[in-house]
Amino acid sequence: MGKWTRRGFIAAGLVGGGVLAVGVGIREGHRAPKLAGMMTEDGETLVNVWVKLAPDNTITAIVPHSEMGQGVFTSMTQMLADEMDADWQTVTFEQAPAHEAYANYPLGREFLMGDTKVPGFVQDSLNGGFLRIAQSMGLQITGGSTAVRFTGMGGMRIAGAAAREMIVKAAAKSWDVPSSELRTANSYVHHDASGRSEPYASFAEQAAKYAPPTQPKLKTPDDYKLMGKSLPRFDIPAKTDGTAEFGIDVDLPDMKYAAVMGPPVLGAEVVSVDDTYARDMPGVIKVMNKGSFVAVVADGYWQAENAVRQLDVAWSETGTETLNQSDIFAMLKTAMDDAGDKGKKDVAIGNVRKASEDAARVYEAEYSVPFLAHAAMEPINATAWVRDGKVDLWSGLQNPLAVRDEIAGATGAKKADVTVHNVFLGGGFGRRSNPDYPLMAVEIAKEFEHPIKMIWSREQDTQQDWYRPASVSRFRAGLDENGMPVSWDNLFTQKHDPPEASHIPYKIDNQLIHYAHVDHHVRFGPWRSVDHTQHGFFIESFIDELADQAGMDGYAYRRKLLEHSPRYLTVLDAAAKAANWGRAVPEGRGLGIALVDSFGTVVAQVVEVDVTGPEPKVVHVWCTADPGYAMNPDGFIAQIESGIIYGLTAALYGNITIEAGAVAQSNFHDYPMLRMNEAPGISVEIINSGAKVGGGGEPGTPPIAPALANAVFAATGVRVRSQPIANFKEGLT
Amino acid sequence: MAETRFTVNGEARMVDMDPDTPLLWVLREQLKLTGTKFGCGISQCGACTIHVDGVPVRSCSTPLAAAAGAALTTIEGVAAEDGTRHAVQEAWIEHQVPQCGYCQSGQIMSAVALLRDNPNPTDADIDAAMSGNICRCGAYGRIRDAIKTAARA
Repeated sequence: MGKWTRRGFIAAGLVGGGVLAVGVGIREGHRAPKLAGMMTEDGETLVNVWVKLAPDNTITAIVPHSEMGQGVFTSMTQMLADEMDADWQTVTFEQAPAHEAYANYPLGREFLMGDTKVPGFVQDSLNGGFLRIAQSMGLQITGGSTAVRFTGMGGMRIAGAAAREMIVKAAAKSWDVPSSELRTANSYVHHDASGRSEPYASFAEQAAKYAPPTQPKLKTPDDYKLMGKSLPRFDIPAKTDGTAEFGIDVDLPDMKYAAVMGPPVLGAEVVSVDDTYARDMPGVIKVMNKGSFVAVVADGYWQAENAVRQLDVAWSETGTETLNQSDIFAMLKTAMDDAGDKGKKDVAIGNVRKASEDAARVYEAEYSVPFLAHAAMEPINATAWVRDGKVDLWSGLQNPLAVRDEIAGATGAKKADVTVHNVFLGGGFGRRSNPDYPLMAVEIAKEFEHPIKMIWSREQDTQQDWYRPASVSRFRAGLDENGMPVSWDNLFTQKHDPPEASHIPYKIDNQLIHYAHVDHHVRFGPWRSVDHTQHGFFIESFIDELADQAGMDGYAYRRKLLEHSPRYLTVLDAAAKAANWGRAVPEGRGLGIALVDSFGTVVAQVVEVDVTGPEPKVVHVWCTADPGYAMNPDGFIAQIESGIIYGLTAALYGNITIEAGAVAQSNFHDYPMLRMNEAPGISVEIINSGAKVGGGGEPGTPPIAPALANAVFAATGVRVRSQPIANFKEGLT
Repeated sequence: MAETRFTVNGEARMVDMDPDTPLLWVLREQLKLTGTKFGCGISQCGACTIHVDGVPVRSCSTPLAAAAGAALTTIEGVAAEDGTRHAVQEAWIEHQVPQCGYCQSGQIMSAVALLRDNPNPTDADIDAAMSGNICRCGAYGRIRDAIKTAARA
């Protein structure tokens, strides 16, 4: 299993701070008693903080992640239950409360971030005050495709194994037999020699007295009973009958509703509010000037929304009121011009200058992508109740613990008096990792005795987002006489995360990858796969251009450059084979291929596009993904399918533009989404290579845009170097 | 304000509200039937789809006045009275359709209406009936498969 051996894994988990102790577990002596009060009902014994064992022998996994459609409650529980030899029929889960003990940031830090103090994909969206809190307390993040590969591998599995060992130890003591004579299955301990069998719960009290083992024995794939199975997700039945509770569904006694309006030009402040008309509208309780936004509180949301639209608000001038989309791209390109060959370094291998001077020829191209909004189906909302020095907050959050700390900081309430109730997220995609909206709800609610539910209109959701940054990438490749690259010079703008997103999988001896950065008022937010979404398009399109320059097809060219990596080759070959690469396609159709390694998962996709209509239509996508090991294969496939549709929507249509400083789009009519009639067939193949386990939520997204652009080139001979791709014919004469 | 009478999921209801209020907010805030979702407010996404006298409509853009005397069905009323799931709900679970799940009430309401009127829909029929419902998690393939499974049930 490659690096995924028990030794390697446990070393990573324990040496890096101790598995059960890192953010989650029992540190002997102090955390367990405190947690016991929070997490146990009468008669339950806390074995360790990831798992509860009740007297009726039911087992509850405590999952420190948010459910936003990725099936995390199920996959996390599955990993724990398998290691514990638990009876799946009696295993359930609870979402961990926002509490330091459940912070999963340390797991991410130990395993993913290395020396980075705070995961970068969160860093940019947080203020300095929060960063200090985060560094001392940890985060509880769902993002970065981290759940399975870090919390699951480094937390849930070890917790399950540790719990099992503690129970076995307790059983051995109780029956006065050696542990080695005991076996476990379906939440029972068996001593075959004497025929004794008892449920785990019989030994819970005794087991809780032991310190957890520091190196519990983990299963190997041959012993998996639940991992690797497509177990149905816990959360799905409630999502078919209307009973699943999202943030927007929270209902509290005497609750009132708030609608809000933020500055059209991001960063502006309220100068004045004329509410002459709005304040007398039906149901209106209060019009509020909150400095950075305005709000109307009313008996119902529709009344509040109608009134907020009638407010006449004067906003401060920020100096960006005249800025248009073209100005922002000009700023990016000027910064690149200024950087020249001295951008901030990402990668420097060999001698690019000399290699390109010695090259048979040099080939250049420039790419760009626009801003994107997240457009989760559930518009942003949060419900807050502030009274008696206490704050309760209900919302769908990707980082509930950070929100709790932010609320404490903003209100002066003690952290212990701030309770965050995290409910289902109607889509996250990175948007719900930002604490702006729960803080707004608290700001409004602190002027009332009763709870306030703040709901954003779709227009606010679109125009007050934190955006995938517009960015530009320039390539300059030195080619030998056969068209193979001897040097790779890539200068781009706007580097965020993950840091390796601009790196290439291809073996090129001389590489200079560097960047320039422009600060502007269109605020950055992590957007599904973060920097990979743009670099996947840039790199995988340009490599396709080089293939064409060499007179080779994109698949064969990539193969030649990937000979050093059997893992990449295997994935690429499988996708090409699935798509029957090289076959003749009808007139007006084309095949395009792309490969991206992101969040530890290697994904290759082949797109078949039909360009005979007014816009390109994707007929089918063949996708091969190697996540090392897929814990819940159908759940993983669903994530990949989702990532493809999300990325395809952006590639075809996604285009947030800035006009006179403001976001020009407002709703689905001018920020369109891929629909059923445009959705391609998708075939996903999983390769369980045994490599270190990778993520699932994001890796499906990056390859789809370049695979589509490359297919359009194959069909038309037109190279698409910008998005949205639906418009590519507009550039033709 | 005006008294408006109608039935929801077979139950007689009366509300005293501005007749311009969209049905979506009447259902969600007045009648506490929160399974019907707000997505866009302008009939673009289908998250708020309910049936009015059997016809799928976007409740975010349908005023309360239009419901006077009508029979409304929401996601909460799709299962049989004894709680037995509708074939569409069963198929949704079998195909593990929902991800975040937020759009699924609307998707299911559209699918139920489609199958009632057209028990054996073609792919083109499914496109026509379902393209008004956006799913940002991209579950379209599974929705299509689930509709076909429900059609066979």
